[in-house]
Amino acid sequence: MSFIDFHQVSKRFGDNVVLDDLSFGVANGERVTLIGPSGSGKTTILRMLMTLTKPDSGTIAIDDEYLWHERRGDELVPAGEAHTRKVRSRVTMVFQQFNLFPNMKVLRNITEAPVHVLGTPKDEAEARARDLLEMVGLQSKADFYPSQLSGGQQQRVAIARALAVEPDILLLDEVTSALDPEIAAEVLDVLRDVAKTSDVTMLLVTHAMRFARDVSNRVLMFNEGKIIEDAPPEQMFNEPQHERTRGFLRSVLEEV
Amino acid sequence: MNFDWNYALDILPLLLDGLLTALIATVVGYVAALVLGLVFALARRSSKRWICLPVGFFVEFIRGTPLLIQLFFLFFVLPQLGLALSPLAAGIVGLGLHYATYTSEVYRAGIEGVPPGQWDAAVALHLPRRRVWTSVILPQAVPRSIPALTNYSIALFKDVPQLVAITVAEPFTVGRAIIAETFRPFEPITMAGLLYLAVALVLSYLGRIVERRYKGMATA
Repeated sequence: MSFIDFHQVSKRFGDNVVLDDLSFGVANGERVTLIGPSGSGKTTILRMLMTLTKPDSGTIAIDDEYLWHERRGDELVPAGEAHTRKVRSRVTMVFQQFNLFPNMKVLRNITEAPVHVLGTPKDEAEARARDLLEMVGLQSKADFYPSQLSGGQQQRVAIARALAVEPDILLLDEVTSALDPEIAAEVLDVLRDVAKTSDVTMLLVTHAMRFARDVSNRVLMFNEGKIIEDAPPEQMFNEPQHERTRGFLRSVLEEV
Repeated sequence: MNFDWNYALDILPLLLDGLLTALIATVVGYVAALVLGLVFALARRSSKRWICLPVGFFVEFIRGTPLLIQLFFLFFVLPQLGLALSPLAAGIVGLGLHYATYTSEVYRAGIEGVPPGQWDAAVALHLPRRRVWTSVILPQAVPRSIPALTNYSIALFKDVPQLVAITVAEPFTVGRAIIAETFRPFEPITMAGLLYLAVALVLSYLGRIVERRYKGMATA
């Protein structure tokens, strides 16, 4: 079983089949970019790993522990909340809309989870939060409220906040789609830094193809709830095998 | 018929005593409504059916029946079931419960107004459920609810005269007692009405200040 393991996962919303009997694995430390037209199931994959969306059928495992199931003897039974919480504690996610807590200053946005989940002493958590803010270039904004920051700054805080929970798996869901290209670039620079300096496993959904090429070592092309192509970035972007992939990449590159 | 100022001044202290009682009923009843309303709102969102269903039924039942009947029930029927309350206590419980069903709807709307992304982020940060409520959801939902909650303080205050039915000595009840002695209704009733008006004006003025303070804060 792979470090992250999707096995025959299906999901439909009404009549719309989002994921169709999907199986794939991700190795520990791998950086995987999910590309494909909107509605092809990429974001659903991330949301399932974060347990924000539940699969209709199939299993998802992280490091041999099932996310939605527990082993009872030889059988798999639906997991209790405690089990799911434990397994997902290794995963965190950064969102397209940042989702910072508007009622907390920047510093507390970052320390909230370390203090109340990991049990880190407050001053230690704050020192670490300031280090993270420095890493994303926002050490001067610790005492600001999120609404006082620009979108790009909010997203950088969101990245710092995600790293503060010390994840093994970092999910990035179109983290620059709500930003102007110029602002997006500073966020992507921060993420390049993260990719370079840590060994966190990353799954990213993005339309920023050059960034995808830079940070990922594997690209999955989704179409209609299936993976139609799975290749290293050089191959995926330079010589895509599948006609659908070629069409998709052409349309995305024209857009930019 | 002329307004007799001497008579009015004579009865003013009695009416002011009544007003004090009305204010006590308002303040205590309103605080009870604020707290209970939040409890109702949270209970109705519970994933446990044995909590959310009975509470939901109770809230709809109270909201769907007149306050006057609830007051009668609390003051005249409950003693027969072995629970005797003083008139003021029964009045406060009645007002508090009745208005809690309204405030719970205000809280509900406030909670539903918190963007889904906030819940998602709380999951992504692994926050325990209680912590999600106390540090993420309620600090956003409650400020959003405050303008509407303030309006219910005025509505509750204006329902206090209904306590006449269970002999609570608020201004209207006091006024009726005076009329029974003097057979002169003009001044007592007018004065009682003016006292209610004065307090309601103050409350709505305070309400507007609160509203201005909290408007837009939730979207910040």
